[in-house]
This record gives sequence, structure tokens and C-alpha cells, in this order.
Amino acid sequence: MTQLIVKNGFVYDPLNRIDGEKMDLAINDGKIVGKVDEKKAKVIDASGMIVMPGGVDIHCHIAGAEVNTGRLLRPEDHFRDVEAKTAITRSGVGYSIPSTFTTGYRYARMGYTTIMNPSMPPLEARHTHEELNDTPMVDKASYPLLGDWWFVLEDLRDGMIKECAAHVAWIMVATKGYAIKIVNPGGLEAWGFGQNVRNIDDTVPRFNITPKEIIRGLCKVNKLLHMPHTIHVHTNNLGKAGNYATALDTMKCVENLASDDKPVIHITHCQFSAYKGSNWRTLRSGAEEIAKYVNHHRHVTLDLGQVVFTDTTTMTADGPFQYGLYQLTGNKWVNHDVETETSSGIVPFRYRRKSYVHATQWSIGLELGLLVEDPWRIYLTTDHPNAAPFITYPRIISWLMSRNARDITMKRINKRARHKSLLPSIEREYSFYEIAIVTRAGQAKSLSLTQKGHLGIGADADIAIYNINPELVDPSRKYKAVRKAFENSAYTIKNGEIVAKDGKIVKSVRGKTFWVNPQLSSPIEVADDMKRRFREYWTVEYENYSIPESFLAASAPISVKAEV
Amino acid sequence: MITLYPKRLFKAPLDAQCITPDIFAEKPVSKIAELQIWEGNQKRTLDQLFKIEYNAKNQSEEMTIRILGDVRKARRIGAKMSTGKIIIDGDTGMHLGEEMQGGTIVVAGSAGSWTGCMMKKGIIQIKGDAGDYIGAAYRGSTRGMNGGEIVIQGNAGNEVGCFMRNGLIRIDGNVGQFVGIHMRNGTIIVQGNSEGRTGAQMSGGKIVVCGHTPSILPTFTVDSIKSKVKVNGEIVKGPFYKFVGDLAEDGNGKLFVSQIQNPHLKFYEKYLE
Repeated sequence: MTQLIVKNGFVYDPLNRIDGEKMDLAINDGKIVGKVDEKKAKVIDASGMIVMPGGVDIHCHIAGAEVNTGRLLRPEDHFRDVEAKTAITRSGVGYSIPSTFTTGYRYARMGYTTIMNPSMPPLEARHTHEELNDTPMVDKASYPLLGDWWFVLEDLRDGMIKECAAHVAWIMVATKGYAIKIVNPGGLEAWGFGQNVRNIDDTVPRFNITPKEIIRGLCKVNKLLHMPHTIHVHTNNLGKAGNYATALDTMKCVENLASDDKPVIHITHCQFSAYKGSNWRTLRSGAEEIAKYVNHHRHVTLDLGQVVFTDTTTMTADGPFQYGLYQLTGNKWVNHDVETETSSGIVPFRYRRKSYVHATQWSIGLELGLLVEDPWRIYLTTDHPNAAPFITYPRIISWLMSRNARDITMKRINKRARHKSLLPSIEREYSFYEIAIVTRAGQAKSLSLTQKGHLGIGADADIAIYNINPELVDPSRKYKAVRKAFENSAYTIKNGEIVAKDGKIVKSVRGKTFWVNPQLSSPIEVADDMKRRFREYWTVEYENYSIPESFLAASAPISVKAEV
Repeated sequence: MITLYPKRLFKAPLDAQCITPDIFAEKPVSKIAELQIWEGNQKRTLDQLFKIEYNAKNQSEEMTIRILGDVRKARRIGAKMSTGKIIIDGDTGMHLGEEMQGGTIVVAGSAGSWTGCMMKKGIIQIKGDAGDYIGAAYRGSTRGMNGGEIVIQGNAGNEVGCFMRNGLIRIDGNVGQFVGIHMRNGTIIVQGNSEGRTGAQMSGGKIVVCGHTPSILPTFTVDSIKSKVKVNGEIVKGPFYKFVGDLAEDGNGKLFVSQIQNPHLKFYEKYLE
């Protein structure tokens, strides 16, 4: 392995409390080390540039059956955004749902090196991992959808938390998953029969359990298993006016499960769960209430789900929400019931500046980002591709860093939305240090990826270098320069190798797939009853259901010691 | 004027999107000869495939490109053009005038499918026949022809004006099935016969069929009998049955079908009493 030295860069490494200090980094064998032989090592001159850990994305739909169906649904999304083959990279297409290889290349060009695919129906795990195997340049992981699994619902209804934990441990190993994902808990099970749940105290039909019990139950399971991430929750009533109350209820219901200051719940794409009002006409921002709660309670983390005005494709496991979106837009749509596990839906969508609702959504995302005081508990995402494709991150960074940038966009949005927006009253502008937190350090911390998101000795040598000088450039005024710098990294280093330079891929590498391997006190046993039910209810037999480790191109299991 | 003579009969498809007045106008002749063009999987220059003749005397104000010969394998001629004129004395291939924004294309022979797809402005005139998806949207998209005019003096294929949003398509001959499918606005007039399923899923716009059509879709309702129809300022004499639809889409599209050519539609008249 080559040795590298990154010289004279302004290093932003929030996990080690380094804020723009001019220093050198030494890399040996894919890890950050204290010192290397300067004569042998290759030197990267980063003077006048920003050096950050490689980006970490906690929530982006990049692989799996649903994403692939989205690709099939949208030829018109691809034909204007074509990438030709080069000597190093494969050909591919964008825009909102790029092909697997292009996804990897585009993330690497922006300096991202670790990404999390947040919604994997356990039944579709094999397909998801096949696509992840073909997503180069980045390390990745997937969260299996568990909030509507029949066995989970039954165990939680009967109060069998330990049995449920053993079952979840089995799923994590069987599907090679990383965290517990909960989407519209209870609602998706009901949607299989054309129904939904209205709030977290509504009973799920046929199961005699409430969404609150599911969230609390899985939160306890998560703690018993000592999972690296918290439960990852897409709230009930997502995308409906007045749902900020549901989001607050969801956060409150696990308040007493928190101990020693650690988060126990992650509310994902929170912008979609922060609406006040009773219908689309009276929609208002609930960002203030949510931010206030989060500022006073340390057990919650959020990610933004920031809307950018563009043409994109919405895809979630929330079938009833997607059906509502189809009715609203009249666009083409896909809706699918994944047997006893979950549901899903896809609808193409265009966010327009001049639409009151879309402009308000845009404003809510930024309000959340700016009103939540602790950057360690709010992360920059667009819920790719739901609110915008991931390639718009640099634009969001410029909005967060510059009031001017916000004002200029503000002038062009719907008038009524502009008058109601809270943004003009918010002075806050992110610093580069805070940007490093919301785009990498905070996310890595939340995922407990100890090797990622920082540049301390022993960390993986995943580094992004951006060509912008924090001493000379005022990001508030020169927001366009900031945006340009973050669009194409000067260098992206993955595992100690330079993979992208000045926006061009110079080397194609394969990333690892992380998964959690919980160590129970007794080996995981699968009851005969469950095997029988697999035969009766699933299209895939129990014997074929588990994915062997050899199926992953580069498997990286993370062992955790469970309390069960 | 620049005249292009094909040097041979092309067997593999040509990606000829460089043949537009916009690109030619900004280059000297020597540079035009070097324009890149794909023939099948081979990269070629324009002068490897065409003899290029530059006639300065006839150079009027606007750029004119004349193609003399058979270019039925050439795709995307005149793509995105915004000015000038292309005259093709022969047949041409698919995607002629794709996303056109202005200017004129005249074809003496026949044109392929997707002629004028996604066009915004300008005029395309085909003296022979044309293929399917005239003035249509890209696959999967809902943004079809949004302005301009397409005139086809021969026959056209299926799904003419798919997802059309504005503009005029005039067909002097016969058309295939699904004329004006998913149409949102604009006008289509067919002088000859239509094979049926006209206006499926249309939500607005106007379709006039002067010839025979086997049947009207059940999601259209008869509105009245009109003695004449106005198309782009001109009056077309009828009488016509006027239908409104597609009601399955809550649509308000207008479909005019000749009364004289379609005696089998007489049973609709009882709903008008």
C-alpha cells in the first residue's frame, strides 16, 4: 500500500475538536497514522484547501427493488443526464435515480465515502445487496424494515421483548442489515388491507397493538441488542398537514427509555414530518416546535430531508403516503405490497418554486437545520431521491452557510410562502466546522462507525479535500464559491488511495458492506413454527431466505454483544 | 447554402445531431467537415460520409442545409435547431427535428418515427409518409410537442401527438391508431382515415378526423353536430359529430368526426334529441 501525506490543509475534524487548524495528515496502509517516511510517501499539497473526513450519508435510497423499479419507471429522468464510459469508470445515467456505478462515482466526486441505504424490505435483501455490490467507491450498509413485520408485531403485542430481540438479531444476520428501520409503524401492515393508522395511539387492525407500542418495543430491542445506531423512524402521518404533533408524540413516547444522555431515536427526513395546519392550503411550518423540543431533549437525532426545487422521484416504503401523492399529482405511480413485511410506492414529483406548498417545504427544511442548536443531532440529507437527488447537497450547504444565498432563493419563491416563512428572522449561518459535523462527523457518531467521520490516528483514511480557502473566502458572501468547491472535491481519498481528483474519478475501488452481527448468550434458534409460517405465507422458503456472508462482495461484519 | 451528398448508402444508423443550421452557422467550412458523427459504433467525420458543397452565391440571410440523397439511416437531423432551414431531397430517419426550437425542415421523401418529438417551435413539412409518435413526448415523459407545426402530406403511423401540449399537426393522408393519445392541448387534423381509438386519455385540445374511423372510444360522449370546424384560423367544412372526452380522465378534449364518412356512427344522434 502506498503512503500518503496531506500537507498544509485547513483540517476540520470535529470528533477530535480540530477546527480549521493547519496541519499535515499521514496515511499508511489505508489508515491515518502518526508519521510516515516523508521520502517514500506521496505528498498531496493541500495548502489553501479544506481537509475533512470523507462524507457520511445516513439516509439515501440508492439500491434495492424499489430504487430499481424507480429506474425502470423513469426513462425520461435518464436521457438528459448521461455519463459516457472512460478508461476507469463505467457508463451510466442520472439524474434522480442514477444507476449503481454512477451513484458511487457521483458520491466520490463530492467527497462522500460512506452511505447508508435506509429501506430494505427483508425479502428484497438479496436484490439490495446485489446492487450494493455494484456500487463502487463507497462503504455502505442497509437498514431492514421491521416496523410492520408480523413476528415483530406479535412478539411486541404479547410483551415478549427478549424473544423479539432474538428474532431481530436473526433478521440482521439473515439480511445483513445494520439498523432497525421503522416506516409508518402499523400503517403499512394496515395498508395491505387498504387501511392506515391515524396517530400513534391508533390500533393496528388484526394485531391489537398501537404504533406507540411498536416504536417503544423496538427501541427496547435496540437497546438490548446494543445496536450501533438507534431506531431509524419514518413517522406516522408523514407528508400530511398537521403531522408535527405526531412527530412530537413519536419523540416523546421514548423519552423515558433514554439514559446517560445518549440518543435512542432518529427521526428521519424530519422536514416531511414538520407540518402545521389542517390541509394543504393552510399548511404552515412546525419547525419551531420540533426544534424547541429537540433543543430541550437529548434523546433525539434528526435528519433534514431538505427539498430542492427540481424534478425528482419520490420512493418510500410508506405505501399509503405514496398513494396519496399519486392522487394529488395524477402522475404515473407504482404501489407494492411486500408480503407480510412492508409496502412501497413510487411517484415522480417536481418541486416548484412558485407552489405555496413546495416553497413552504423548502423553508421548513432550512428552518429545522438552523433552529436546532446542536449540529451533532441534525444531519444534512435530502432523503435522496425523495426531496431532491443527493447531487444537490452543495447547494444546501451554501444555504446553511449563507443568509445571502437563502435570501436570493427566497426572492424567487411563492409570495405567500415567503411571507409566512420563518427564515428571514433567522440570522444563523453555519461555519465550516458545523458543516463538517452535519455532513460527516455527526452522522458517523450517530451510526457508531468508529473508523469513519474523523481523522484521528487509527481511523480509516477516507478524506475529502475541497479547494476553498477558509481564511480568504467568506462563505456568507461567496456562497457560490462554496457550492462549487463542495460539488467537486479537489481530492477524495478512500482507504488511503486517491480515487477522485478535481471532479474526475482516477481510480475505481470497491467499498465494504457493513452489517451487524449480534452475539447472543445462546445461539439464535429459529422455531419450527416460524419455519412453518415461512412455508405458508412467504414466496421465499426459509431455507433460501438468509443471505450467506459470501454473497457480499466485501463483507464487514460488526459484532455487538447483546443482553439476550 | 451548404449541400450534403451522401457518399454511399448507409447501412448502420447515423447519429446525425450535428447537422443543424445552428452548428453549421458558427463554423467555417473546414470545421464543418470535421464535425463528429457516429456511424453504428464507428466515429467518423462529416466529410467521410458526405461530400460537402458550399455555395456562397445563394447564401441568403438564414443558414440553409440541403441534403441530396437517401439518408433514411440518419437520426436526429435538425435536433434542437432554432433557426435556418434544412431541405432533404430524399427519405430521412428517426427523430427528425427533435426538440426543435425554430426554423424550418422540408423533406421531399418520407420521414421515420418520432419526427418533431418534444418540439417547441418551428415548422416541419414532410411530403411523403411519416412513422409513429409524430410530435410525441420522450418515453415515460409527459412533455410532448409544445408548439410549432408539423405537416405530413402522406400517411402517418400510430400515436401521433402523444402527450401533445400545444401546436398543430396536420396530416393529409391516413393515420394509425391512438391519434392524440394523452393529449393535453393543441390541434391535430387528419384529412384521411383514422384506424380508431382516437384521443385516448386526452384531457384537452382538439382532434379533427375528416375521413372514416371504425368507432369512438366509449369514454367519449357525443355533444352536438357542427357544420364546420375552425382549425388554426381556417374553416374546415363538415358536418362533424362533436365528441367530448376522455371522461375516464375527467377530460375536456374535443373530437370532431366527419358525419358523411361515418354512417355507422349514426346511432349517436339519438342521444342528441
